[in-house]
Amino acid sequence: MAEPATDFTLDTAQVLAEEEHGASIVGRSPWYLAWRRLRRNYIAFIALFVFVVIAVACSLAPIYAHHIAHTAPNATHTEDIVNGKQVLSAPVIGTDAQGNVVVEKAGGVLGPTWWHAHGRFVLGADGLGRDVAVRLLYGGLNSLKIGIGSALICVMVAVLLALLAGFYGGWVDWIITRSFDLIWAFPVLLLAIALGSALSINGFHHFGISISPHSLWIPTLVISYVYVPYVGRPLRGQILSLREKEFIEAAIGQGASPLRIMFSDLLPNVASTALVFFTLIIANNILTEAGLSFLGAGVQPPNPSWGTVIQEGQERIISAPWLTLAPGIAIVLTVLSLNIFGDGLRDALDPRAKVRVEH
Amino acid sequence: MTAFVIRRFLGMIAVLFAVSILVFLIFIIVPGGDPASRIAGKHPTPQNVVNIKKKWGFDKPFYVQYYEMMKKVGTGLLPGNHSQYDVLRSFDDQTNVVHEIKKGMPATFSLTIGAGLIWLFWGVMVGVLSAITAGRLADRLITIVALVGISMPVFWLGIITRYFLAEKPSHPWFPDGGYVPLTASPWEWYKHLILPWFVLAVLFIGFYGRVLRSNILDTINEDYVRTARAKGLTPRRVLAKHVLRNSLIPVVTLFGLDFAAVLGGGAILTETVFELHGVGFYAAERVGALDLPPIMGVTLYGAFFIVLFSAIIDILYAFLDPRIRPA
Repeated sequence: MAEPATDFTLDTAQVLAEEEHGASIVGRSPWYLAWRRLRRNYIAFIALFVFVVIAVACSLAPIYAHHIAHTAPNATHTEDIVNGKQVLSAPVIGTDAQGNVVVEKAGGVLGPTWWHAHGRFVLGADGLGRDVAVRLLYGGLNSLKIGIGSALICVMVAVLLALLAGFYGGWVDWIITRSFDLIWAFPVLLLAIALGSALSINGFHHFGISISPHSLWIPTLVISYVYVPYVGRPLRGQILSLREKEFIEAAIGQGASPLRIMFSDLLPNVASTALVFFTLIIANNILTEAGLSFLGAGVQPPNPSWGTVIQEGQERIISAPWLTLAPGIAIVLTVLSLNIFGDGLRDALDPRAKVRVEH
Repeated sequence: MTAFVIRRFLGMIAVLFAVSILVFLIFIIVPGGDPASRIAGKHPTPQNVVNIKKKWGFDKPFYVQYYEMMKKVGTGLLPGNHSQYDVLRSFDDQTNVVHEIKKGMPATFSLTIGAGLIWLFWGVMVGVLSAITAGRLADRLITIVALVGISMPVFWLGIITRYFLAEKPSHPWFPDGGYVPLTASPWEWYKHLILPWFVLAVLFIGFYGRVLRSNILDTINEDYVRTARAKGLTPRRVLAKHVLRNSLIPVVTLFGLDFAAVLGGGAILTETVFELHGVGFYAAERVGALDLPPIMGVTLYGAFFIVLFSAIIDILYAFLDPRIRPA
């Protein structure tokens, strides 16, 4: 049941409050009210904490990982002896023409050492004798860079297009909604893969922009591009309905410029929606990045990302399942924490969240 | 109404046309994707490359190339035998793209229909269950499980379930990947598809459950629901007849679009992980080689389903709800 309707006006409430406390009511911004609602949501804060821990651990990896694991993410240690075991315990087949030792490909790899090797190979080694824990940290850094970067670009572009379409209407709206429809008509992953793999051949060198094929910008831009309509469409709808409101009419009547109306009248009203979208789309983009990299159309090896680490570990799943399990768990934890926090944020920012159902 | 249907279908053709141009441009703009040198092999002579350029029409302006390509797609769709120069062929192994897509369709359709039924049924179940227990422990648990479901990378879930349920020697309960045609052996077909069905469905179940839950909670506070309750209908009847009918509308829209996307080869990751040789698998296989015609073919094929289904949904809505019908 909805709350009982109370038809007091601001005046009477103020008077009442003054009578009771001898002070008038403090005006509070919607953002402050949302923060007060969010503050009580402990689960959302736990989720935020988990995400921040993962993000800090990954982004500081270049500073501390080397001192603990004594290796770089792409360094191979096939011959090293750790805990009395060779990292890549493959039977030696012989030596090649250059005198390098050739080992059998299907050989076993070092399992997780759980700190018995003093920080080396905490999560074991992969098929090339690289430290999985270190690759996971650096991979997480790449995945988060792409996830957050593409979410930022995507939401900014979507907000801008939605403002233009919603404010101007007419042919501007027509062009923008048609181009949304066009992207919408593709299966998302198919479009992302087509773009990602096409660009990863030689990079992008047009219109005065030059991006190398191994740059993280390629997956970042591809992912942000394919999700623009998914964020832009609902925002445009909101702006269209706001456009009809009296306060916009008043602003136009006062002679406010279109830019002013768009950015200081319309934008603040969709900012909370855009913020919720931003949180949830980071989670979504991390998943997409993993999928793209898994298929070879995202982050290019040997550069690690959670998707490429899974892809590299997959062929050894029988003998070394941790190679696949560890990065997957990292993704699930990150995405789950973002989703929970995003939900909490939406409940706090969305006025409808006050509606609670009781049976 | 007829005018609306016709207009909707004309719009659909326009979008498909734009899609085909966009796909074509993506691959034309890509630098270094010179297809002639790839067809020519590893050590081509310059003359060789020039000849191939002529033969395949790469020396022509791109709008001519586009026209020829679309003509080839059209020819490939017509029944009968065609000369290999009249149909759309792969740059890599020169196979007929339309044939390859047709070959992949049974696997993709089997995957989609099975998974679609599973995710629609369980998605509605999850949504209804968590809505009627809203705020209680059951709702919290269901919500968390649904959230975990949408937070998992589908290909990772596929690899893990395949490992634990099919590959591990201790309990090989399911066959290890691959696709068996329904006509060859219905039982084997089912056994091979049951893991992919559920893996693909997990994400959608979580997603639909969440959407439906919030829709039901919105609808339950509507006046007409209060009226229905006030006139003494049983809660079950109110839920089924009054609440669910309205809350299901957005879910049906979502289902139509998602179903179309998966039908159109959108389940690339699931098909790849389980080695189901469907349309998505074909695309994933060719995309690494930057083989334009197959990607072009699959993308058009996928867009066709999405555009078709969204047109059908619009028309169905207009049919069911006169308010949506344009004047």
